[in-house]
Amino acid sequence: MSLTARQVTRQRRARALRRTWADFRRRPTGLFGLALLVAFGLAALLAPVITDVADLRVTTAPGGVLEPPSGEFLLGTDDSGRPVLTLLVWGARISLLVGLLSTAISVGIGALVGLLSGFLDGWPSRVLFRLTEWFLVIPFLPLAIVLATVLGRSLLNIAVVIGVTSWPATALLIRSQTLSIKERPYLERARVLGAGRWHQMTRHVLPNVMPMIFANTTLTVAIAILSETTLSFLGLGDPTRVSWGSMLQDAFDVGAMTTGAWWFIVPPGICVVLVVLSFTLVGQALEEIFDPRLRRRR
Amino acid sequence: MTLTSTPAAVSPVVRRRSYGRYVGAKALAALGSLFFVLVVNFFLFRVLPGDPARTLGRGRFKTEEALERFRSTYGLDQPLAQQFLTFLKNTFTGELGISLRYRVPVSELILDRLWPTLLLVGTSTLLAAVIGVYMGMVSAWNRGRTVDRVWTWASLTLYSMPEWWLGLLLIAALAVGIGPLPGLFPTGGLESVDVGDGLLARALDTAWHLTLPVITLTLAYLADYSLVMRSSLLDEIGEDYVVTARAKGLRDIDVRRRHAARNALLPTTTVVALNIGFVVSGAITIETIFSIPGLGLLASEALEIPDYWVLQGAFLVASAAVILANLVANMVYGLLDPRVRT
Repeated sequence: MSLTARQVTRQRRARALRRTWADFRRRPTGLFGLALLVAFGLAALLAPVITDVADLRVTTAPGGVLEPPSGEFLLGTDDSGRPVLTLLVWGARISLLVGLLSTAISVGIGALVGLLSGFLDGWPSRVLFRLTEWFLVIPFLPLAIVLATVLGRSLLNIAVVIGVTSWPATALLIRSQTLSIKERPYLERARVLGAGRWHQMTRHVLPNVMPMIFANTTLTVAIAILSETTLSFLGLGDPTRVSWGSMLQDAFDVGAMTTGAWWFIVPPGICVVLVVLSFTLVGQALEEIFDPRLRRRR
Repeated sequence: MTLTSTPAAVSPVVRRRSYGRYVGAKALAALGSLFFVLVVNFFLFRVLPGDPARTLGRGRFKTEEALERFRSTYGLDQPLAQQFLTFLKNTFTGELGISLRYRVPVSELILDRLWPTLLLVGTSTLLAAVIGVYMGMVSAWNRGRTVDRVWTWASLTLYSMPEWWLGLLLIAALAVGIGPLPGLFPTGGLESVDVGDGLLARALDTAWHLTLPVITLTLAYLADYSLVMRSSLLDEIGEDYVVTARAKGLRDIDVRRRHAARNALLPTTTVVALNIGFVVSGAITIETIFSIPGLGLLASEALEIPDYWVLQGAFLVASAAVILANLVANMVYGLLDPRVRT
């Protein structure tokens, strides 16, 4: 029985995946984060099924203004009479969507720049590294505010703004990983056998930095969701959609904390904390699995 | 052969740059970053919005002549390169434009609003660094025990929290009061209307107003410092020199304080210094919810209009703060750890 090179690779990857999962299952904090994320993800996906869309419209809102929690509205209503629980479920969609979208942009740019600046030599590498350093010193919030003001307020724009401002950290991490992999003997062997740059990069370097990129992605989602919340709170989010940040902006604008309408302020914040915490816990667990040096810190 | 070779031959001595040259190189890099920020600043406000005359005028100009007049006042009719040079000259001479809302020069506005932000950010950073480092040490020395577990969870939770949300909760709990409990602190502002003329009375009044915002920012940042301190201390504890110190028979407390903690402070110092620059922008949300008349509130108010020149100035100040903090971090690090000067 002989196997092709492709089949061997696939089997090896499947084994690696199973090993990672077995490793992950032994980490209770990682599992806790994953379980929470699955719960939030399901709620977001099933939003049209478990809630009534009509409740979201200000004109067809079922409740009175800022009603406290009751049997009918478990978490009370907002300043337009919409149930807070329904808003939370729909807000999860936007917060998660923007978080994932901006992470895709951020990790995409960061990984590409990091890989190239680590792998190439000479001036292209130096230019990319400088560029990363420059972007690293630009403070996120002011740049994001300026970009959001200039680009306009929409869901895609806010994702672009977060993505474009948060990639340098990823780039630096991937660069240092690439640099260390570049010096390993098997890459020297590949070079001696005549492997081109493209081959070395896609077949040797990329598969080896992939786990780090994956762990970093999870951590970036956490930061992206926090950023989305802050930008929406400052009124830079998509005005036509409900997100946890825009709920908090509403709550702040109607002075919910001075009128004692805690049900309008506490739940959205708790959702943000839980989701960000979950992504962080999962990311840390993955980092530990992929980078054994981190284990002694536990 | 290996027996006879001197250590110097095995590992050739790396020539270290002098401290002056090291700082010079870092300062040059900082200038490069500053230039980049200026370029970004220029292009963001002139190229992206399409026709700046229309965007900045926000439809106030009904006739073509009025538009032309506006363009020539702001030099928008000149070639882009010429505009950039003028922009550079103006920036370095402190001319940052006129606020659309307040009708005063942006540089005056910024100077006016600088000290509340500096007071807020300075106090919080100091508190966060001291408490954060201390908690990180306690956590690392009690690794795996209850203190460590509770504190690590608490810091992770604080880290996952939008700092302004924490601020809103604190306002609700301590400024407005819950149920029969009265509020202890003012809900916002920097001084009371009825405060006396005495210097001490005014200082105390300001401190009273700043208590909640400072607590909020301190809590928001100390988690970060504590986590960094904890992990770098755990890294140091595994090092050979710590084992040696133990083997020499030094007391545990000496090994920790004199040997491990000192080295673990290195990365923490960098994080703290670097963060100062970012705390300035973190103040945007905190000043907004506590209505403290600092740079952050200025920026978030400018956002609503939008007051482009004020936004541009605030962006410049915030970026410059990060670059400066970065440079200071590098200088301190170069002094504390000569290895980085290679």
